Amino acid sequence: MNRLAFENVSVFRNGKEILGPLDIELQTTGITCLLGPNGAGKSVFLNLCHGMFAPDKGRVDWNGVSAVSTRNDRSFMFQTAAVMRRSVWANVAFPLLAQKLPKSERMERVAQALTFARLTDQAAQPAASLSGGEKQRMALARAWVTRPKVILLDEPAANLDPGSTHALESMLHDIATKSGVIIATHNLPQARRLAHHVLVFANGKLAANSDADTFFTQTHTGQVADYLDGRI
Amino acid sequence: MDILSAAWHLLIGMDADLMAIIALSLKVSGLAVLFALILGAPVGAALAIWSFPGRQVLIVIFNSLMALPPVVVGLSVYLLLSRSGPLGSWGILFTPKAMIIAQTALIFPIIVALTREAVKPVFREYRGLLISLNASPLLVLRTVLWDARFGVVTALLAGFGRAVAEVGAVLIVGGNIDGLTRVMTTTIALETSKGNLELAMALGIVLIVLALVMNALIYSISRIGLRFQEVRE
Repeated sequence: MNRLAFENVSVFRNGKEILGPLDIELQTTGITCLLGPNGAGKSVFLNLCHGMFAPDKGRVDWNGVSAVSTRNDRSFMFQTAAVMRRSVWANVAFPLLAQKLPKSERMERVAQALTFARLTDQAAQPAASLSGGEKQRMALARAWVTRPKVILLDEPAANLDPGSTHALESMLHDIATKSGVIIATHNLPQARRLAHHVLVFANGKLAANSDADTFFTQTHTGQVADYLDGRI
Repeated sequence: MDILSAAWHLLIGMDADLMAIIALSLKVSGLAVLFALILGAPVGAALAIWSFPGRQVLIVIFNSLMALPPVVVGLSVYLLLSRSGPLGSWGILFTPKAMIIAQTALIFPIIVALTREAVKPVFREYRGLLISLNASPLLVLRTVLWDARFGVVTALLAGFGRAVAEVGAVLIVGGNIDGLTRVMTTTIALETSKGNLELAMALGIVLIVLALVMNALIYSISRIGLRFQEVRE
């Protein structure tokens, strides 16, 4: 079990509070979808979850330990994933290098991750030669290869066609049976397909926090309704 | 035309003096560029990666040092190594070692500046990934240097080109001693003034060919590098 806790968290940019004050506790099993319009705070929330930086106020903890000091327990996949100027294989192997795993273990894990992402045949190619969908699958394999407790994804399918999106989503369903998944997305149909739990952000605050079945069947009011009806 | 054909005969005849001069040139400049790379590439990468107080000043200084006249570098190293200088006890003035030191100093800023240019875009792309993976500073440095490798090799070749073609620094600290510290450029200067144009011309041809080879290498290496670089539409 992985318990995520935000305690009185605020983040400021140029004197303006862009997220918070936020208090939330979450058991991260299955897939949690972060919804909300642009600039609502989804990305900042996700970055705080991973511990990319500490909040200006308050605490972000995983099982009682600060997110910043436990980054290695998790993986983060950016909207536009970095494509390292190396082979596909070396891209996927890189996090294991950072975690100083012995070579034999690295070889085995990378091979598994590439099979999982269906990129075994492309392993020796420069990663830059992959298609957009393949690049995102490679990035997900790179996030998965460390066996993280939780994977955080920021709009991973934002620029993908339906086929590539489907391939990525089926990987996520698989991953969610073993690890927690938190994913920021704009795409409501995608959230319906993936989510076990939903958080909606609006203006840097939490506007909804509910399990997916309830969220997608009940009638909403206020900002959540505005968002679901495409008004914000 | 007589000069050209005489020069050509010296070259294809593998004239022993000529070959010794060419070999010393390549050795001095090759070692200099190697040392400058070992010292300069990490500095260049560090300037691209980390912000610290005084970084902007350092960048301006290294960029200006790139345009430093070789004679000034030669003079500075001369003062360091001369018998009354701080490193006078080494006793290496007028030896190939002094020439290597002078050329290392001459190319070091070039390697720093070009490495920084090569690493900058790589680090911009990798920054988030590296932070998210908790990568140690050493791993960050190694990663961006390796992934900027095509740019770094270009820096190395440019540095070698500058070193092998300069005359001022090696002349001052080497002394142009026959059979000991005489390299291609200093020989050309001397032999031309003596009127021995064949030997000067032969060495000139070698330098021109070297310049062509260096630039062809730089061009094809950056072409190969492009295959590893992402083109975002």
